Amino acid sequence: MRILVCMKQILDPDVPARDFRIDDSRNEAERAGANLVPNIFCENALETALQLRDAASGSVTALSFGTEEAEDVVRKALAMTVEEAALVTRPEGPAPDALTVARVLAAAARKLGDFDVVMVGRESGDWGVGQTGGLLAEELGLPMVALVDRAEPIDGGLTLRRQTDYGFDDVEAHGAVLATITNSEGNVPRIPKTRDVMKSYRKPLTTWSVDELGVAADETVAEVVELSMPDKHITCEFVEGDSLDERVDAFARKIADVMGAVG
Amino acid sequence: MSNDVVICLFASNGYDRAAQGVAGAGRNLAAQLGGSMHAVIVGPPEEVTTSAIAAVSDTVTVLDQPELADYQPELCLAALQQACEQKDPAAVLLGSDTASLELTARLAARLGGSPMSDGTALSVADGAIRVTRSAYGGKAEAVFELKKSPAVVWLRARGFEPAPETGGKASVDRLSVELPDESPVRVVERHQETHEGIPLDDAKLVVGGGRGIGGAEPFDELRQLAQVMTAAVGASRAACDEGWVPPSAQIGQTGKKIAPELYLAIAISGAAQHVLGISDAKVVCAINNDPDAQIFRHSHFGIVEDYRKVVPLLIERLRVLTS
Repeated sequence: MRILVCMKQILDPDVPARDFRIDDSRNEAERAGANLVPNIFCENALETALQLRDAASGSVTALSFGTEEAEDVVRKALAMTVEEAALVTRPEGPAPDALTVARVLAAAARKLGDFDVVMVGRESGDWGVGQTGGLLAEELGLPMVALVDRAEPIDGGLTLRRQTDYGFDDVEAHGAVLATITNSEGNVPRIPKTRDVMKSYRKPLTTWSVDELGVAADETVAEVVELSMPDKHITCEFVEGDSLDERVDAFARKIADVMGAVG
Repeated sequence: MSNDVVICLFASNGYDRAAQGVAGAGRNLAAQLGGSMHAVIVGPPEEVTTSAIAAVSDTVTVLDQPELADYQPELCLAALQQACEQKDPAAVLLGSDTASLELTARLAARLGGSPMSDGTALSVADGAIRVTRSAYGGKAEAVFELKKSPAVVWLRARGFEPAPETGGKASVDRLSVELPDESPVRVVERHQETHEGIPLDDAKLVVGGGRGIGGAEPFDELRQLAQVMTAAVGASRAACDEGWVPPSAQIGQTGKKIAPELYLAIAISGAAQHVLGISDAKVVCAINNDPDAQIFRHSHFGIVEDYRKVVPLLIERLRVLTS
C-alpha cells in the first residue's frame, strides 16, 4: 500500500495574540520573530498514515509545497520514518490560493506514481480555509472522505473512521481514496527519535520548482482583499465578596439571571 | 449565470437553527444580487420541513430518492451537482454540518466555481461575492473575494439571522437525479454517541471544560452542574485530545461553533481557536484560577478561583436559585 501525505508549513499558530501583527502590504500575518512549523493537522495526517503503513505493510511518501524553508517539514517527516519525501518549492511571496496549491500537489503526486491513499490535513492553522483537500481530490479524480481520524486496512480497501456531528461513521473505501485528517486522541503525532532525526538529513529528498512541474497557475479561486484584527475584547466583571461563598453566590445569581431570561 | 442563490439543506436535519441561518443568509445575498433564492432539500423530507422551507424560499427542489435518505458522500455530491446546475446560480450556500464541510470544495470544483468555508458574513462588491471569515486561528478576520462563479460557501450558519417568511408558499418540485450505481466509498455504519443530557448544537446554555479540568472523571462534576442548569456540556480541543470527552463535544475552530445565550467556560485558558467557537454566544462567563487567562478577556463576568472549589458550591446555589 502506497500512502501520500501532503504537508504544509505555516507560521507558528501558537504565537500569542499580543504579538500578532498584520503586514498590510501583503494582507498576511507578519513573520516577525515567529517560527515556521508543520501544520498540526498535517502531522495528524502523517501519524495516521504511519499507523496505517505499519498495519498494512506499505510505504509513506511525504510531499510539501512551499518556500525553500519548507524542507524542514519534509525532513521532520523523514525523521518520523516516512520512506520517501518530496518538496516543490516556490519563490518567497504571498501564499498561493487553494486551487493553485491543489494543482501543484496533483502534478507532483502524478510524478511520484500511483497511490492507494492520499492524506491531507483538514485545514491549516494559518488561514484555516480547508478547501485544498477537496480540490485535490477532484484534480486527481479520487473520491474523498473528510474529517477522518483513523484508517485501517480491510480486504480490498480501507475502513476510515470519520468524525461527524453526532459521533462517527465507519466508511469503507475500495480503490484509491483521498482522506482529510482531523485530530483525535489516537493520532497525536509521534516525537521523532534523535537517531532518526540524525538519519533524516542523510536521506534523499526529491525537489522540484513549481516551474519544473509545468503547472498552469493561471486561475485562482479566492483572493484576500481585507485582513484586520477586530478588537472583540470585553471588560470582565470579576465577582466580589468577602468569602468564597459570597463570590460564588454572586456568580450564581448572574447565571440565574440569564437562565431566567432564557426561560 | 443567473443572479440566483441556491441553499442546500439536508432533510435529515429538518429546518433547524442552522438551516434557518443558511436561508437567512441566502435571502440577504439574493437581495443584494437581485435574484431569487432556491432551496434544494437532499433526502426525503418530513412534510413540516418542506413546508417551513417553502415559506421562506422562492422555489423548493426536493431530491427524495430513497438512496439519498442516509448521507453517502458520493451520491449526495452527484445529486447536489445536478440540482445546482439546473439553477445556474451565482452562489450556493451550505450549513456547518460535517456533510456540508465534506462536500463544499468538490461541489465548487464540479460547478467550476470557488469554494469557501466558515463564512460569517457575505457581501457583493462590483458583482463579485465576498466572504468574511476568521483567520489565523481567530486572531484576525479576513475578507475573501471569490474569483470563479458560482461561489460555493459553507456558513457558520447559527450566527446568521433566520430568514423571514415570504408571505407566500414556494412551489415544491421533485427532481429525479442520476446517481452512480456503485460508489467506491460508502458509509457502512453510523455510530451515534450517547450524550447524557442536552445536545450541544442548539443548546441555549452550555458549560465547557478545558485542559485544567484534569481528567475524564472530573467532567462528571461539570455534567452535574449542566444538569442543574439544563445546559449542554462541551469541551476545548485540549480536553478532547486527552480523550476525556468525545470529539463531537469539541467547541472551537475545528469543533462546533455554538451560539448559546450563555456559555460558562470552566478551566479553559481561552486560546483564540477555542474563542472562535463561542463568538456567537450572547453572554460568556468563566471560572479560572489564573486572573490573566485569555478567557476573561472574552467574558462578561468571571470568578478567579480553582474550579474544584467553585463548582460544588455553584451547583448548590443554582439548585436553590432556580427551584
